[in-house]
Amino acid sequence: MGKKTPLYETHQAMGAKLVDFAGWDMPVHYGSQIEEHHTVRRDAGMFDVSHMTVVDLVGSEARSFLRHLLANNVDKLQEKGKALYTCMLNEQGGVIDDLIVYFLEESWFRLVVNSATRARDLDWIAGQARAFGVDVIEQPHLAMIAIQGPKARDKVLPLLDEANRQAAADLKPFYGEEHGDWFVARTGYTGEDGFEIMLPEDQAVGFWNAMKDNGVQPCGLGCRDTLRLEAGMNLYGSDMDESVSPLVSGLNWTVGWSPQERDFIGRAALERQRDAGPKEKFVGLVLEDKGVLRNHQKVMVEGAADGEITSGGFSPTLGCSIALARVPAQTGERCQVEVRGRLLAARVVKPSFVRNGKAQVELS
Amino acid sequence: MSEMPGELRYSSNHEWARANDDGSVTIGITDHAQDQLGDLVYVEVPEQGHEVAADEACAVVESVKAASDVYAPIAGTVIAVNEALADKPEAVNQDAYGEGWLMKLKPSSSDALSGLMDADAYQEFVESE
Repeated sequence: MGKKTPLYETHQAMGAKLVDFAGWDMPVHYGSQIEEHHTVRRDAGMFDVSHMTVVDLVGSEARSFLRHLLANNVDKLQEKGKALYTCMLNEQGGVIDDLIVYFLEESWFRLVVNSATRARDLDWIAGQARAFGVDVIEQPHLAMIAIQGPKARDKVLPLLDEANRQAAADLKPFYGEEHGDWFVARTGYTGEDGFEIMLPEDQAVGFWNAMKDNGVQPCGLGCRDTLRLEAGMNLYGSDMDESVSPLVSGLNWTVGWSPQERDFIGRAALERQRDAGPKEKFVGLVLEDKGVLRNHQKVMVEGAADGEITSGGFSPTLGCSIALARVPAQTGERCQVEVRGRLLAARVVKPSFVRNGKAQVELS
Repeated sequence: MSEMPGELRYSSNHEWARANDDGSVTIGITDHAQDQLGDLVYVEVPEQGHEVAADEACAVVESVKAASDVYAPIAGTVIAVNEALADKPEAVNQDAYGEGWLMKLKPSSSDALSGLMDADAYQEFVESE
């Protein structure tokens, strides 16, 4: 028996197929993963992501602590409510986790980290926080629901209380705001517009049911994965982990190199790697032959070492298989992938396949 | 609860076999199997004329989750394959015992189906797994 979110019984009652996810019993789908995927691209779907770990950092030195802890520069957050996507690195430049940090007050920042890495993250953060006198406070009693899709905003706003509704309606992308015990952010992991809402756990079922009644489709973590893959968003543990740096994981853009004097954990190792020129790069693949790309399949490039698919699957929006892959730096526009004993042809693309319901790659 | 029609025979690898009047045998994967796999996105069937041995991996069904081999429940020669699945793999999810059939075999022996389970035995097998 795994851990259960406040919505566990609701998922069961709604016919979800439940699977183990990092020690939690979570819905993988409610009937058809592909239908749920399409609903998020075309309408609105909701995901129970209460298994994710919410950590508040409280103390007058919170900002300087985050300057040290995170590879992206927390000083990009000057407006209250603004969010930043970043990696948290070890001294070797390996990725301990990727996370979102929200600036709430000068003495209060909120992190949302992965559940699979919860223990390691909390340990690391607490260890680093001591020198700064910052309190690390987990918020296990917050439920978290992501509502995503082109109609997500219209379907959610009428269900919020007045203060949250006003604030949510005015939120710019990648901002969040707290009213009462609710925190509403215009963020997500699907490549569509929408909200991620943290709320007291005892209100999660009522809110979920109200959204269901308002035409928001319950969606499992199965389509969350195909949606994020189409959006070209990394999955921790598949696309990167402590053994690789952001520079070979397509996450160079999240590293806050300037100012030069900001000495974040892993900086020295990253600079060495950058100056030597990384031997690998992170790309998207579109399969041209029939078949399905899967994690860990071998990518073959003429005259170079083998690469590897880090996330592969079927794209319901494009109707073909796509993947994220770590490949030799000299990889050109084409490669082959070893799929069940056969070599299949794939095209190398920038790793964003679908955004806001629209294909970002040309299909043959 | 998965559907298990009484007129079919079943293998422990979750394939079904239907004896047709002309002596051929139609093969597919069971409703239980498709439910476990999730939405199918790709199906690979053998060539016509291919000789399959019993328990030979002779087809592949790939779902949103993973790829799975399909094992021939009996030995025989492939005399027809379901070409429509190339464009409509979801037929296996929607109608595992009808439109979602995979291939038709000419069995090597006349009592080929005798080694397979009937619906009651398969039901028990699924529950015990």
